[in-house]
Amino acid sequence: MTTQNIEIVPTGAPPQRPATKVADASPSLMLGEHSLCPGCGEPVALRILLETLQELDIVQRSIGVVGHGCYGSFVRIMDIDVLQCLHGRAPSCATGIKRMRPDTAVFTMQGDGDMVNEGLQEVIHTAARGENVTAILLNNGVFGDTGGQQTATTVLGQRTKTSIDGRDAEQHGHPIPIADIIARMDGVGYVARGAVGTAGGVLRTKKMIRTAFEAQLAGEGFSLVEILTMCPTGWFVTAPQGPDYLAESMEQVYPLGDLHPRGSAAPHGAGR
Amino acid sequence: MTMSARGTLVIDIDKCKGCELCIAACPPDVLTMSATVNETGYRYPELHDGCTGCTACQLVCPDHVFEVYRFDRSRAKPGT
Repeated sequence: MTTQNIEIVPTGAPPQRPATKVADASPSLMLGEHSLCPGCGEPVALRILLETLQELDIVQRSIGVVGHGCYGSFVRIMDIDVLQCLHGRAPSCATGIKRMRPDTAVFTMQGDGDMVNEGLQEVIHTAARGENVTAILLNNGVFGDTGGQQTATTVLGQRTKTSIDGRDAEQHGHPIPIADIIARMDGVGYVARGAVGTAGGVLRTKKMIRTAFEAQLAGEGFSLVEILTMCPTGWFVTAPQGPDYLAESMEQVYPLGDLHPRGSAAPHGAGR
Repeated sequence: MTMSARGTLVIDIDKCKGCELCIAACPPDVLTMSATVNETGYRYPELHDGCTGCTACQLVCPDHVFEVYRFDRSRAKPGT
């Protein structure tokens, strides 16, 4: 960077000149600071989720169902009704809440270890039943909370604490592309995959979350937004390298975009 | 100095964990990491002239340290 010797602009207080604030540091629904590692993508996903709830004006009737993972610590700082349930069971608990309180906006927040390892059957059955809930999957390819072990979504070649030489298909099996599987199922209203490694990616992912909630509010069935998040600690890379590693490894296996747009039938069309 | 900032930031340096994601995300390339550290021992971003108020740093920041302002344009051109 060449501007090193150029004068630093004071940033300790709002500007003296007339100016308009265009972005808050964090949404007002966040009550404090989180304790996650430097360079983690999950707090970014949390911010756009909370902002979306505010923009849709559904905060008062939102209920979050949170699984177990690093993001579990968010329950202390998000000013939303939250149920924290057993590992992987969030979609089933969300089913119960939504059936008892159909007027609510119910979402799950789960990691890849939680949704795809521990609770694979819950999410698939919830999707197949066409439950009118929104699942948010924070996919970083490792069990971050327990120390960085391999999960079912770890991509081939990725190094984790339990696949130190890289995931090998012969020894460890192949990754499970959960969003692609669910996008093919009937009973599904909307499925998309975003990433929070770049500013543009954050904006696109936020739109996906909004679309998923709109699908739920319109009663279109199960919606899922998979968000690829950085875990530099679990990936053995530095924090600034996180977005590049995400783009080079995970995005190659898990392409971004709408996988099941609103209003589309499942590819095989059964029951539609 | 010919650059003119269209926007500016308020940076809560003590919340920063020094991940440097904002440095790469900044389109006009006007953020650099500090030489000194904050109260928790992390280097933090510093702003130079030329901010456009695009909010890219705020979007990628995991620790929510950036507040973004755009200067009102009703007055004489800034920087002149």
